[in-house]
Amino acid sequence: MSAIERLPEIDNGLLRFLTCGSVDDGKSTLIGRLLYDTKAILADTLHAITRTSERRGLEAVDLSLLTDGLQAEREQGITIDVAYRYFTTGRRKYIIADAPGHEQYTRNMFTAASTANLAIILIDARKGVLTQTQRHSYLAHLLGIPHIVVAINKMDLVGFDRATYERIRSEYREFAATLGIGDVSFIPLSALDGDMIVDRGDRLGWYQGPTLLDILESAPSAHSERDERFRFPVQFICRPQKSGHPRLHDYRGFMGRVESGEIAVGDEVRVLPSDQRTRIKAIEVYGRSLPRAIAEQSVTLLLEDELDVSRGDMIVRAEESALATRRLETMLCWLGETPLDPQRKYLVRQTTRETKAVIESIVFRLDVNTLQQVPAARLDMNDIARVCFRLAQPLCVDKYVENRSTGAFIVIDETTNSTVGAGMIL
Amino acid sequence: MSSLALQRHATLSHLDWLESESIHVLREVAGQCANSALLFSGGKDSLVLLRLAEKAFRPGRFPFPLLNIDTGHNYDEVIDFRDFRACQLNERLIVRSVEDSMRRGTVVLKSPGESRNKHQSVTLLEAIEEFGFDCCIGGARRDEEKARAKERIFSFRDEFGQWNPKNQRPELWSLFNARVHKGENIRAFPISNWTELDVWQYIEREALDLPSIYFAHKRHVVRKNGLLQPVTKLTPAREGDVVEELSVRFRTVGDITCTAPVESEAKTIAGIIEETATTNITERGETRLDDQTSESSMEQRKKEDPF
Repeated sequence: MSAIERLPEIDNGLLRFLTCGSVDDGKSTLIGRLLYDTKAILADTLHAITRTSERRGLEAVDLSLLTDGLQAEREQGITIDVAYRYFTTGRRKYIIADAPGHEQYTRNMFTAASTANLAIILIDARKGVLTQTQRHSYLAHLLGIPHIVVAINKMDLVGFDRATYERIRSEYREFAATLGIGDVSFIPLSALDGDMIVDRGDRLGWYQGPTLLDILESAPSAHSERDERFRFPVQFICRPQKSGHPRLHDYRGFMGRVESGEIAVGDEVRVLPSDQRTRIKAIEVYGRSLPRAIAEQSVTLLLEDELDVSRGDMIVRAEESALATRRLETMLCWLGETPLDPQRKYLVRQTTRETKAVIESIVFRLDVNTLQQVPAARLDMNDIARVCFRLAQPLCVDKYVENRSTGAFIVIDETTNSTVGAGMIL
Repeated sequence: MSSLALQRHATLSHLDWLESESIHVLREVAGQCANSALLFSGGKDSLVLLRLAEKAFRPGRFPFPLLNIDTGHNYDEVIDFRDFRACQLNERLIVRSVEDSMRRGTVVLKSPGESRNKHQSVTLLEAIEEFGFDCCIGGARRDEEKARAKERIFSFRDEFGQWNPKNQRPELWSLFNARVHKGENIRAFPISNWTELDVWQYIEREALDLPSIYFAHKRHVVRKNGLLQPVTKLTPAREGDVVEELSVRFRTVGDITCTAPVESEAKTIAGIIEETATTNITERGETRLDDQTSESSMEQRKKEDPF
């Protein structure tokens, strides 16, 4: 079936998901298979990888070549960064974040997981739950990905054996329970041959559950599952008084994106950190007035009263709790090649606000393989640690487990301007 | 099996989500960068960018000028449309031309008729220096080519305009980092997450006007390596060429010497969407005469500083 035949169906929005696993687990093959079976791969691309497969002396077309990115790493045969892929089923658009699985690449997985609402964790059916499976699961959980799909791959290499699948499933469940991971789906598949990806195939007849694509099609998208408090970080202020148009002389629009919750005209709000109160006079997008705005919508808010509001301020509902703080307790992943130096000052950027910060303490470093807490005097690239910051200016924050937008921050090194850390507020 | 609960809260359609993300990116550029410019060619992706900028900043004016790097190898319809649209929006349009760089001697052609695509980067860097731009907003998408799949939304360029895969900043959540030192530059790509089909669906939804050559029209062409080479002043028919008059449209509009049209009867956006959804060849593969040379040509060009 071509994409067009499926186009006019209902629009089930967009789902961002992450695939975790190493090259050996068949991750690139799985992604290639998803793209190929949903017709996201066009003839010339397929032709190019067919030629490459032939040149390498492979018997079948190597679908993993679809996703291997830059020339240098193709030559090295490894993947070293996060790549984003796209496909649509007509009902839903998908963005895949493809990150390499090796321990050295924790920062890549951290990056990929930060925007994902679902994670596919690949397990080689011959190998079962490995250290890296546990590491990936922990990171997906830490990054607050609400849905985890454990794909037990290479079922073709274990004779499509049900007992093998069930053994791995109970092993994983046992370990997931210790982490507090709740929502896990399991699926047996063969990415190489395509069984249970888009089509069921006829060799896994004992498995009655949905195919991988069915799981993706019905997974809830971000923000749809829980009530969240309204959070609106002000990005930009629109003051078009110079346009000469009399209607616009006193226009002051506060532009930004609803990070969570929703708001309607007439609602009472507070502006943080100054804590001024007013009401929503209007919600606009491009000259159109809206009665309300929902999570992830970029809008312009007009307020009843003339308040002093600038970029970096946060608009919240008057009656809902919100915290402005100068101290952060966080889980931090160090991304920079230069180690974190606790003596130095860094910049912390959270929502649309930026402030200088000092390290109060590194409480412990977490060994991502054993989940042991170990003391640390500094942090190297890919390290994850519990770190406390003191801030020069207050930030309006939520706990990351309650809000993945207002609970997240990055750390910038002012000398290089690089992004050197990423963290979640506890 | 997990419980796949029905959605409790309203969520956005995929086009609304993409639009909102792009507006967010544009406003971050405005909030973080002191002196940015929006690269505007008159092509469909940059026309989508303009609509997104309207949604991001109206009723105010854009907090950046429009910048066009003119190769001198454009179809008149596209250039006319560029000027018309800038005027209609009442926004400032800066045009800098590759031919001026040639006169200055900063662009030297190997052969007079060659594609000027790669030379645009020289002229762009000269414009960046002339105006002191710290950020240029472009309409590139990650789905265009494999090497782009890892491109950041805020892509860092050093003072030589170079893109280095090892020197890119991690992008987490939607926390973008556009900080640069003097002379360095950010390329911001608000429609990174869009596909060609998304672009056409958005053009239809927003009822955007496009240059006429995007729609099916009769044109003299010569078949070359499976592509259609239009017969123009810059690319005349050579001896032995079989010139045919076909109904064609352009999927992308770039340098005349290296942008091929496709056979099409699509005279409306809906017709184009239908063809796009059922095509089996990528936008670049079907239309870029210069892209077929190597699977890695984009990556090579990226290192030389593309948009």
